[in-house]
Amino acid sequence: MMNGVGRGASVSLNDLQKSYGGVTAVAGVTLDIRSGEFLTLLGPSGSGKTTTLTMIAGFETPTDGDIAIDGKSVVAMPPYRRNIGMVFQNYALFPHLTVADNIGFPLKQRGVPKAERTKLVGDALELVQLPGYGARYPRQLSGGQQQRVALARAIVFKPRLLLMDEPLGALDKQLRETLQLEMRRLHADLGITFIYVTHDQEEALTMSDRIAVMNEGLVAQVGRPEDLYDRPDNHFVAAFIGESNFLPAVVRGFEDEVVVAEYNGSLIRAISPSKQRDAGMKVILSTRPERIRFADGAVESPAPQNRLNVTVTEAVFAGERCRYMLRTGDGSSIVLKEPSSAAIRRREVGERVEISWSVADTILV
Amino acid sequence: MSEAVEIPSGTLTVTRPIGVQFSWRKAIPWLLTGPLLLFMLAFYAVPVVAMLLRSVNDPTWTLAHFHALASDTVFFKVFSNTLYTAFTVTIGALLFGYPLALALVRTPRWAPVILIMILLPFWTSVLVRSYAWMVLMGRHGLINEALLALGTIERPFRILNTPLATQIAMIHILLPYMVLPIANALRQIDPSLPRASSGLGATPWGTFRQITLPLSMSGVAAGMLLVFVLALGFYITPAMLGGPREITLSMLIDLQVDQLNWAYAATLSAVLLATTLAIIGVFYRLPGVSNAFRMGAR
Amino acid sequence: MTAMRALSTTVVGLILLFLTLPIIIVVVVSFSSATYLTFPPPALGLRWYAAYFGSEAWLQSTWLSIWVAAVVVVLATILGTLAALGVAHLPKPLRVLASTLILSPLIVPGIIVAIGIYYAFAQYGLVGSPVGLILAHTCLAVPFVVTSVSASLAGIDPRLEQAALSLGATPTGAFFQITLPLIRPGVLVGALFAFITSFDELIVAIYISGSGAVSLPRRMWDDLQFQIEPTIAAVSTLTIVLTAVLMGCAHLLQRRSAT
Repeated sequence: MMNGVGRGASVSLNDLQKSYGGVTAVAGVTLDIRSGEFLTLLGPSGSGKTTTLTMIAGFETPTDGDIAIDGKSVVAMPPYRRNIGMVFQNYALFPHLTVADNIGFPLKQRGVPKAERTKLVGDALELVQLPGYGARYPRQLSGGQQQRVALARAIVFKPRLLLMDEPLGALDKQLRETLQLEMRRLHADLGITFIYVTHDQEEALTMSDRIAVMNEGLVAQVGRPEDLYDRPDNHFVAAFIGESNFLPAVVRGFEDEVVVAEYNGSLIRAISPSKQRDAGMKVILSTRPERIRFADGAVESPAPQNRLNVTVTEAVFAGERCRYMLRTGDGSSIVLKEPSSAAIRRREVGERVEISWSVADTILV
Repeated sequence: MSEAVEIPSGTLTVTRPIGVQFSWRKAIPWLLTGPLLLFMLAFYAVPVVAMLLRSVNDPTWTLAHFHALASDTVFFKVFSNTLYTAFTVTIGALLFGYPLALALVRTPRWAPVILIMILLPFWTSVLVRSYAWMVLMGRHGLINEALLALGTIERPFRILNTPLATQIAMIHILLPYMVLPIANALRQIDPSLPRASSGLGATPWGTFRQITLPLSMSGVAAGMLLVFVLALGFYITPAMLGGPREITLSMLIDLQVDQLNWAYAATLSAVLLATTLAIIGVFYRLPGVSNAFRMGAR
Repeated sequence: MTAMRALSTTVVGLILLFLTLPIIIVVVVSFSSATYLTFPPPALGLRWYAAYFGSEAWLQSTWLSIWVAAVVVVLATILGTLAALGVAHLPKPLRVLASTLILSPLIVPGIIVAIGIYYAFAQYGLVGSPVGLILAHTCLAVPFVVTSVSASLAGIDPRLEQAALSLGATPTGAFFQITLPLIRPGVLVGALFAFITSFDELIVAIYISGSGAVSLPRRMWDDLQFQIEPTIAAVSTLTIVLTAVLMGCAHLLQRRSAT
């Protein structure tokens, strides 16, 4: 039934929409998820990411649009026939069943004989590094262990697609980082498609093959983590992922791929990955704080640079890095982050300095 | 590696048929609720409504029975006595209940013991508790014997068959309905608030009056409403312990049924029910009351 | 400060004494050797228990109350559990109406319920018959079952059912494998409440017991019209112990399912 294609399912969302009595949760999501991919839906709460996941799982029916798994529409198919593994927020382990019965549950539904079930459950526990825990009840396990049981239960029946709804949300930071690595490993081992929902950008950046950033029920941008970080398509993505400085400017001309824009009397060169720009257009320039450097006495970079004179208004030492707040001629603020080092001179508040950053790190959004 | 969880793909497909048809699914809540609703309509709601209707259709459609109440001095005396009893019982239960709720919430070590001492009488039937008070308040009951032994009185005095007897027993019976909502409200007060208040220089009494008491008012309101409404309908306790002159609305209704005055009994019942519902309707929307009501029911 | 504490301890102690004293007195009186009601009893003895167990009438009423309550438990638990499962999914106006009807016996004064039922059951020919008691008591017991089951249903994480569906269980399968086991404590608590509601019920019994179906509370009530002799204290003690044990079970079940 599903031979030929890879071990993971491909998923296509086509103009997927969901509204609840006039309130739109998902406004038209179109997204192609490749077989075997680790794709993360990232967005603030209320951006529609969980609703999108819930519709793929089949717990909600789309108001409009289509969901196809391996090219076949599943919109009319009830959740229990979709054969999709799902890991829930807070795990949703059945409290009255043992760990073994929890993991064996999907196999029992599929009529797998008891002896084989026991073997498969044992194998799954092995896979999530909890051998010998089968006889316990969920409440006797720690949060991290419950998480692993939920994972084992969702993959024991060999689904070709695994959905995860903020599965690490309830765990502390250290455990979260360990489990992030384990999930990456599991993804590589199983080769199935993962769709992962989170509001934690760091989690999304470390784990995903690709990220779909969602905002107000729409996909704001899809791409590899480094693309989203270095080449944000729009203001929302630039602001939501990492930290960005925004300067208002007007387009004055073009030099091949580079757009020349005027900000407060200075010409700033930038790249515009997404849209066509015309001269005279008002635009926003976006730059990451850690890509800006103090220009005085620094080594000249071979790459083309933008330069600006600013005044230091705030200097904060934050351990691994120093953080400066700078004011430009028109009163806008720019944040600059510099690795802290005893060898680098700390700037004083009130000091006038020149800063520089690469044209390649300047994005029109 | 993943070969550890290799299973034949044939076992993977779900072979169960699609569960319930769509139209069927819509009918399920009706099928589940229907039997109980029909049962309660037949053996409870229709009988009660049919009885109440005798207040307006005996012998033909008329409001005469209600008009007659306006000049009915017996009714007014009984009605005001019922309200008065419910009122004093509510105040009494509040005076006894608030300190108890406070003790229940503030002394974690004793809380289980206090809770059992509240719940044990609560679980005992109204009849048994009313009987217990008969034993206590009789001519040779514990109260009289104790007072005689102390020399406070020279002859046993009469408590049983007085309004006081009814009120004391009703406070006893209804006290848990006051304590539990208040304790619930007190439990929800952030413990750092009283601490902050005393840190800001308030005396213990000041903290109680300005912080704890206002924040527990939702529980107080719920408890008072519950006790008042339940006290309005009391029958067994006043019938067993009360005086022959100070009867309540429930007792008057009983008397009328005994004399087969169905129209009058139905009219009085309608007044009692309307009063109960009106009081609930007016106070139900107070913050916290509906919550506590639901909690009380659970 | 310590004076304040001593005062408040005394006040709370007195209130607790007020709460428990009547129960204690009844228990003590039931073991009295005296032939009339007096306190403190001159000596202890079991004569009133002997009187109770030797009386055909008392035992008959006890058995009647027990088996009526047992049938009420079955009826109220089945009807109430089904309704609790369905009522949350009814369309809104009907849901409000249905739950108002189901919960109303908690609020409508007992005398009104009693004479309403008496008025109708007299016409149905159900006065003086255990069947009448069973039907009436079921209506009075059902609210406790519905609230208890609804509470445990509301306590179930809806994601558990979704998880079951995502793992391949049909809606029916998810109900029997997940929902039903999880609401079992709520159903049991409701059943215990139903038993006690019927076993302790008096006002309806006063009207419809007649002479053919005299329940235990009704017989106590009748006896009390003539005398307050200590046999009733013995019966009371026995019912206190029975209800305390049953309610204790219900309380423990509720607390266990809450955690």
